[in-house]
Amino acid sequence: MTTTATKTQYEAVIGLETHCQLSTETKIFSNSSTAFGADPNTNIDPVCMGLPGTLPVLNQKVLEYAVKAGLALNCQIAPYSKFDRKQYFYPDLPKNYQISQYDLPIAEHGWLEIELDGEDGAPVRKRIGITRLHMEEDAGKLVHGGSDRLSGSTFSLVDYNRAGVPLIEIVSEPDLRSGAEAAEYARELRRIVRYLGVSDGNMQEGSLRCDVNISIRPVGTEQFGTKVEIKNMNSFNAIERAINYEIERQTAALEAGDRLVQETRLWEEGAQRTISMRVKEGSSDYRYFPEPDLGPIEVSAEQLAAWKGELPELPAAKRHRYEEDLGLSPYDARVLTDDRAMAEYFEATLAAGAPAKPAANWLMGDISGYLNNEKKTLADLPLTPASLAEMIGLIESNTISTKIGKDILPELLTQGGSAKMLVEKKGLIQISDPAVIETAIAKVLEAHPAELEKYRSGKKNMLGFFVGQVMKQTGGRADPKLTNQLLTKQLDG
Amino acid sequence: MLDREQVHKVAHLARLELTPAEEEQFTTQLGSILDYFEQLNELDTGDVPPTTRAIDVSNVVRVDALQPYPAREAILDGAPDRDGEFFKVPQIMGGE
Repeated sequence: MTTTATKTQYEAVIGLETHCQLSTETKIFSNSSTAFGADPNTNIDPVCMGLPGTLPVLNQKVLEYAVKAGLALNCQIAPYSKFDRKQYFYPDLPKNYQISQYDLPIAEHGWLEIELDGEDGAPVRKRIGITRLHMEEDAGKLVHGGSDRLSGSTFSLVDYNRAGVPLIEIVSEPDLRSGAEAAEYARELRRIVRYLGVSDGNMQEGSLRCDVNISIRPVGTEQFGTKVEIKNMNSFNAIERAINYEIERQTAALEAGDRLVQETRLWEEGAQRTISMRVKEGSSDYRYFPEPDLGPIEVSAEQLAAWKGELPELPAAKRHRYEEDLGLSPYDARVLTDDRAMAEYFEATLAAGAPAKPAANWLMGDISGYLNNEKKTLADLPLTPASLAEMIGLIESNTISTKIGKDILPELLTQGGSAKMLVEKKGLIQISDPAVIETAIAKVLEAHPAELEKYRSGKKNMLGFFVGQVMKQTGGRADPKLTNQLLTKQLDG
Repeated sequence: MLDREQVHKVAHLARLELTPAEEEQFTTQLGSILDYFEQLNELDTGDVPPTTRAIDVSNVVRVDALQPYPAREAILDGAPDRDGEFFKVPQIMGGE
């Protein structure tokens, strides 16, 4: 396809609606478990089933978690907030209404910052507005006629374990412009709720679900195009690909002179495309009204300050600090702050005296590699940050070489203990005494007259061979830099 | 004024099947209820803050403590139809 100067360029306008399950023990308005994967209808009770005569009562953890998420997203917390009934008729709702928040959500007017890779490796940072954050209950799950594909089935089976599980819904401003930005927004949101400990953010189990609103418009225009909603993405990559697919589809339609229709489309992971989903007519008229069974919520200034005081340093703040104060590259900063446990391990290693860059390298390289291979987490690791700092210190002070560091790491990773004691026990302290290295060199030269001859007749790349032999001679303990120097002198001299 | 068209729409949203006679009857009855509420509009409420509830109580919350409901079977049996551990409901949309 060739682009000519007259061709209209389009840009995408994207907003995300994210549902995030809060990590509480019990449901939002009743005492049943929220555990994932239980047998059907084991976590049900009269309240979440909406039986007559029952009274919902708000779980205080839900309020705390929602407010903390709102604060972390730089929102204003409503001084007065309430719940509403959203009416719709579908068997995933036992009550025929969902308790949600309509016009007075708990939090509004926030933002989060995403960081993407720029062209020259410099970070590109962008603020994405958060329109609102509100609390609501999840719905149940339908199983169609015993088999998902059984056509002609006249009934559905319902599991209400998920009905009443606490959610926060986070609505972004239409500030996103590409699939990559949207996926990064969703990742940052997950990082934040995980840092806060308010959600596990597990997309496979449905703890984090993103719906995308997307339209395209000619670059430079203000007016929005026809909005399409995309659902059913269960990974960050799927969000990115679904958006890219939709941008292409909508651009092609407009270029062909077709009209786009406002609709909901489903992402098909297998076919890597979106398909139109039939939506029931009139289903968007939810007839909201204030939930009469639940009182309003007024978060006091003292309570708000207390919860604010409990917030950890968040990923964006950590990235800035790692880049600006510790001098790490944006890439390193992003990798280390992706997971709170990793960031805290890293910081504990620095607190124990290690310099930032080597600590970052060890953690992102050998240690992450080990954890990935063994399917382990930092919490399982016998190696303490203090011991890692000790090992880095031994390398920095030339007591051991980096090579020896790598050799002893597996034992430290599996056994833990002091790096220094391990080095001493194994007699691995680096040989930095020139006299000792020279003795080893002399032995090597004596044992390999033919190779020496070759070297002296011009094959300078034999140097590596001799270095290797000296290392072998000294059990890998010879100071590599000094060995190189001394060897070159001997060979050339 | 409430008209029959609106009653028809609300009935549809609430999944109620009304006969034409009932629609006529409810249009009149609901209309007079709404008229009654209309009278409240005659009051000047400019200085009264809006309220969403009649009882002045807020922040009613409970601790997040697990207490499984013991009579699960009774809830399942209370439904019009069940299939083992599931509630059984009529298929809603055709096909999927």
